[in-house]
Amino acid sequence: MARAISTRRKATFTLVAWAIGIAIFFPILWTFLTSFKTEAEAIASPPSFLGFAWTTENYSVVMERSNYSRHFWNSVVISVGSTVIGLLIAIPAAWSMAFVPGRRTKDVLLWMLSTKMLPPVGVLIPIYLIFRDTGLLDTRTGLVIVLTLINLPIIVWMLYTYFKEIPGEILEAARMDGASLYNEIIYVLTPMAVPGIASTLLLNVILAWNEAFWTLNLTAAKAAPLTAFIASYSSPEGLFYAKLSAASTMAIAPIIVLGWFSQKQLVRGLTFGAVK
Amino acid sequence: MVTAHSRTAARLMISPAVVLLLGWMIIPLSMTIYFSFLRYNLLSPGMEEWAGLTNYRYFLTDPAFFAALTNTLLLVGGVLLITVVGGTALAVLLDQPMWGQGIVRILVIAPFFVMPTVSALVWKNMFMNPVNGLFAHAFKAVGLQPFDFLSHAPLMSIILIVSWQWLPFATLILLTAMQSLDQEQQEAAEMDGAGVLSRFIYLTIPHLTRAITVVILIQTIFLLSVFAEILVTTNGGPGTASTNLTYLVYAQSLLQFDVGGGSAGGIVAVILANIVAIFLMRMIGKNLDT
Repeated sequence: MARAISTRRKATFTLVAWAIGIAIFFPILWTFLTSFKTEAEAIASPPSFLGFAWTTENYSVVMERSNYSRHFWNSVVISVGSTVIGLLIAIPAAWSMAFVPGRRTKDVLLWMLSTKMLPPVGVLIPIYLIFRDTGLLDTRTGLVIVLTLINLPIIVWMLYTYFKEIPGEILEAARMDGASLYNEIIYVLTPMAVPGIASTLLLNVILAWNEAFWTLNLTAAKAAPLTAFIASYSSPEGLFYAKLSAASTMAIAPIIVLGWFSQKQLVRGLTFGAVK
Repeated sequence: MVTAHSRTAARLMISPAVVLLLGWMIIPLSMTIYFSFLRYNLLSPGMEEWAGLTNYRYFLTDPAFFAALTNTLLLVGGVLLITVVGGTALAVLLDQPMWGQGIVRILVIAPFFVMPTVSALVWKNMFMNPVNGLFAHAFKAVGLQPFDFLSHAPLMSIILIVSWQWLPFATLILLTAMQSLDQEQQEAAEMDGAGVLSRFIYLTIPHLTRAITVVILIQTIFLLSVFAEILVTTNGGPGTASTNLTYLVYAQSLLQFDVGGGSAGGIVAVILANIVAIFLMRMIGKNLDT
């Protein structure tokens, strides 16, 4: 028996939920609006909400004065690079654990996860010294290496939960028909695994894009991605609200859009399959 | 149908990931352990000498360590309290029938995708700044004195910022759990005369317990390592008022170049994180069997 829901009750919930939703989103909205103000309007009292002279000047100033495109490109290379390399390493591993599970598969999976729980400060000094001595400090290569390693357990886990859902009978049928291991992987499993791989890719690009411990500690001017570039606004440029807002908007907009597409994968990826 | 051939192939396929992670764990961690027993400062290279447990003694008896430990616990506890209570409330609300549910969900989730340095700077400057921040404007509008959040309540302010970032995570996970709640059970209870509150306490909360535990454990892992938010807002200050363990180790090793002391601190942080990790691993491990 479906419960009859009064329109009035529905309207109340709608109102409350929208109010809270907008309140939570407000700092992002405010950053976006401020990025189109002049510096004077950005600190005007009382602040104007929409009734100001919209300008895109801040965006061009940020692009010109700082090496914005370089930092943006660094973010792209580091997040996509570490994710793709991570996938190349993780796909075979997750694959074999999902389809040829052994006695110790579960232990290996849990052990991989446990490496993720190592606090970064526990290995900060050695990594810093190794990078200093091998010339990897402030290079994109160095960050790609570190981010690949810290996200590898999540990538393996996400892929594993996806591969687990591919029915094993299909594999057996393929084998009966005489498919070799190679053919089995290329023609049978890959097409079924693509959605899972794509979701994993998406979530990991987001995580790597926003990573702000290693990117802040291992880079200076050259290889700094957007996280570190924005941190340089902490003083004194941070007092230029409109420019800070423009730089911030450009840094977060692409990832918020990607994030909205990956809501479902987020739950799966970050709870390691414990909540579905 | 697992053959010996495919078993060998499986071992080969899994080994790169295992070897890399093993190296990532063992090499730097054993270096940290080794450094933690040395008197080793980057400003005087070549002067390293064995120091035994001196670094640990200094680190653990340093008043800054107790401040940092307290701050870490307050930060983790405070954010957990806000996000779990707020997240449960929001999940229950978002599960109700309404118009535009999808859009509200998108609005609520958005902060999770904002990089930590951006959210910290936006809150610090555009909201909490005592002269030009929105809060200051709001305080003045109702005739109150503007409050300097980051100087007078630095830890509280950081808790607020970090909670804003993690509330979406808790909400999203709890909402996912809510959606698997048995509707018929709810209706049956309602027909038996159970009120909204008792249905919430006896049906919803027990159903969410597992998801709440997962949220608490996973957030704790990440919250123990909060760093960027502190770096760009207060630099751990004033004094050590907003220094957590992660920031203290960073300051000791990369600002004071005390590799030995910093390493000892790092090992202490690893031990603390492990205590939490053991519980989390047990939960996830149990789930693997089902």
